[in-house]
Amino acid sequence: MIDDNMNDRSEGVDLLSKELTLNMGPQHPATHGVLRLVLDLDGETVKKITPYVGYLHRGVEKLAENRNYMQILPLTDRLDYISAMSNNIGYCTAVEKTFGIELTERTEYIRTIVGEMSRIANHLLWLATHALDIGAMTVFLYCFRERESILDLFEKLCGARLTTTYTRIGGLKNDASPEWLEQVYKFTDDFPSRVEQYETLIDQNRIWLRRTKGIGYISPEDAINWGLTGPVLRGSGVNYDVRKTQPYGVYDKVKWEVQTAQNGDIYDRYRVRMEEFRQSNSIIRQCIEQIPEGPIISDAHKYVLPPKDRVLNDMESLIHHFVLITKGPLTAPKGEIYVATEVPKGELGFHIVSDGEGRPYRMRVRSPSFVHVSALPKICQGELVADVIANIGSIDIVLGECDR
Amino acid sequence: MEPIEIVARLREKFGSEILQDTQFRDQVFVSVKKDRILDICKFLHDDPDTNMDFLADLCGVDYPDNEFRFEVIYNMYSMQHHHRLIVKGMVPENDIVIDSVESIWSTADWHEREACDMFGIVFAGHPDLRRILMPEDWEGYPLRKDYPLKGRKDWEYKGFEELKDLHSHDKEWNIQA
Amino acid sequence: MSLTGIIATLPETLVIFLKTFIAVNILMLHIAYVVYFERKVIGHMQARLGPMRVGWHGLLQPIADGVKLFFKEDIIPSSADKPIFYIAPVIGVVAAISSLAVIPMWDGFSIADLNIGLLYILALSSIGSYAIILSGWASTSKYAFIGSLRSAAQVISYEIAMGMSLVGIMLLAGSASLSDIVTAQQGGVFNWFIFKQPLAFFVFVMAAIAETNRAPFDLPEAETEIVAGYFTEYSGIRFGLFFMAEYAGMFIMSAMAAVCFLGGWSGPIPGVPGIVWFLFKVYGFIFFYFWIRATLPRYRYDQLMSLGWKLFIPLALANIVITGLVKIL
Repeated sequence: MIDDNMNDRSEGVDLLSKELTLNMGPQHPATHGVLRLVLDLDGETVKKITPYVGYLHRGVEKLAENRNYMQILPLTDRLDYISAMSNNIGYCTAVEKTFGIELTERTEYIRTIVGEMSRIANHLLWLATHALDIGAMTVFLYCFRERESILDLFEKLCGARLTTTYTRIGGLKNDASPEWLEQVYKFTDDFPSRVEQYETLIDQNRIWLRRTKGIGYISPEDAINWGLTGPVLRGSGVNYDVRKTQPYGVYDKVKWEVQTAQNGDIYDRYRVRMEEFRQSNSIIRQCIEQIPEGPIISDAHKYVLPPKDRVLNDMESLIHHFVLITKGPLTAPKGEIYVATEVPKGELGFHIVSDGEGRPYRMRVRSPSFVHVSALPKICQGELVADVIANIGSIDIVLGECDR
Repeated sequence: MEPIEIVARLREKFGSEILQDTQFRDQVFVSVKKDRILDICKFLHDDPDTNMDFLADLCGVDYPDNEFRFEVIYNMYSMQHHHRLIVKGMVPENDIVIDSVESIWSTADWHEREACDMFGIVFAGHPDLRRILMPEDWEGYPLRKDYPLKGRKDWEYKGFEELKDLHSHDKEWNIQA
Repeated sequence: MSLTGIIATLPETLVIFLKTFIAVNILMLHIAYVVYFERKVIGHMQARLGPMRVGWHGLLQPIADGVKLFFKEDIIPSSADKPIFYIAPVIGVVAAISSLAVIPMWDGFSIADLNIGLLYILALSSIGSYAIILSGWASTSKYAFIGSLRSAAQVISYEIAMGMSLVGIMLLAGSASLSDIVTAQQGGVFNWFIFKQPLAFFVFVMAAIAETNRAPFDLPEAETEIVAGYFTEYSGIRFGLFFMAEYAGMFIMSAMAAVCFLGGWSGPIPGVPGIVWFLFKVYGFIFFYFWIRATLPRYRYDQLMSLGWKLFIPLALANIVITGLVKIL
């Protein structure tokens, strides 16, 4: 009576041991958005998982082909809406590399600062929801407390909390004031002690250890073969971080280390992210200490919006601004390029094909979440329903980015 | 190894398959014929000098005016040597089938499904080639350049008529027939 | 029974009705406000305020919630097994509230001082699990089904541990009547059974949490795994009844802990009424429930079972043996 397939007796299968097909999502408290999983269960053991994605498919790649480079920027906010800053930076870095724009030093520093802040905000949300999935609900609210202060800082910087659209091609929307930098510095003073707070709650907790240690194992070879990136890959012991191997921003000018762990289980992925809190924190501090004065807009005039005060006072700049906004850069170089950046979830790549028009001929978004969801059935094979939830949390996905 | 050296090795081994190579900024793109794409990928993956163990991306591009309308882009990276090579498999419109590389990199599984969903490229030997982002009953391939950008006015969801018939007697649904 | 017989017993019957009225009222108020208490306590533990909007510091929140639940639409899935679907939450509430009959709240006040009070409560808490199993079955939902299966397994495992942990108490008190158990603990704090039976207390507390499906043993309703477990398909007041049964169950288990281990209505300071001590202990224990919920993650199903069978039941058995030996010697 529960299900038709519980009553029909197929050949060679004992009536008393039928598999149960369970549909999880797209509306389910723990699928982190609109992920849909179809689980074939034997008791509580998962025999097979089939993920279905696409419920949040908005056709970003198609949209991008039909609007100019400047107009695509807000779309990237909405890919991974948890860490919009990182996506902005990823997209702008890709376009700047296509056009061959050199950034000013101050821009690079500010981008690195906001990029790492967004990494902290993302990992906070990840830790919050991951812990809530496993049942530790207090961690959730503690994490949101700190995330709130980061979002407040974002709001002070650019006026938006989630969908920031802060970067511009060749620069930034506005400069960061010294007061703002001071506030960020103050935040980084407190933050390591907050990380310790979370760790006291769950790091040595026996239930947490039993729920995470040895669960969801991924071997390093598998992790590479499955295309996993970011903390998931590093949790399996592979030392790969786009910030080190293909540096952008000022990651080559500050001191930091790629965090890896050895066991490749949920606990190790958790540890990697907890250490990344500290690394990000120290990167931000070093950047604020080193940040030089200077312009925030590059002087590649063909592609870069002129400064706002010039637009308001100067006819040529106004026309220039108008053309760039409405038509896009008219003399874009022809060619194609793949540029990856390390967003909190992994490697976010933009493959841009430019045919010299003001809009990309093709823009491909290589999203880490998409790849991570594709690996989910392999990770969860043979584990229990509760472990599936823990695994979904540990690979840190956002369906906006997965479905694009 | 520099990407350009890898291309030279590829030319040595698969000379007749390589169509052209281009360079933009610091990246090298090699266009190859589609017939032996699996061998080429396997070579790049297995050879210890290239060791392309990480398939960063796989996607399609549509050039309606070209001889080969579709390109399948294999974006390979080596975790050991830290070099990248982008191979393009050229697929003509009248023979829109290319071998699946899912057996080499598991990650290609979903990327190929997506390319199939968006461009209609068929990957031979793929274990489970279904639509992935679009609904199963979707018609057309959205990322092709000739796909209409606007919908028609009288367009409605598939199966809506059947649903309406099914519930025509049902007052709770309140569907105006 | 003749008419005169009935008239003769009338005063006694009236007293029982009055007592029942008092007890049920206490329980209902308790349920309403223990939810508020929980939200406040957990709120402050989690660096937030809890309910603040309805009334002063949200004091009217439980009433608003109750009104909302009463007037919400009662949605019944079309494929549900309707009679069972209707009756399941009622079983749960009845079982939970009936347990109240034998709890001695202060000296001489218990609605029915059964000489098998302990067994009665254990029996009723098992009946309560029928509510869960039936609701899960009748909902025709797979989440509810899994939730009820989990619950059945969990209740069976932990009932044994709980029953066995109480055997030591019965041995010491020489009676299964709850009033007698409290009486046996009179004469100073150190006569409380928590000091004579610490192992049994530990097992009892864990089993009580598992029995009432509270965190970290809240697998039958593990929100992030199986949505809401057995009451996934319930809405409106039927959902409210399950809620009520859960909090009544917490009250009963806390009262059991107070009566069996913490000396019931007796307290260290003379002159304070028994009911004050009793409620103080009960709410202390309920606070402990909340504290655990705010601190610990959830166990996995198989871990919960192995914990029950491999740790708690052997511990409880060992406790019986030790108690028996001490008693004989």
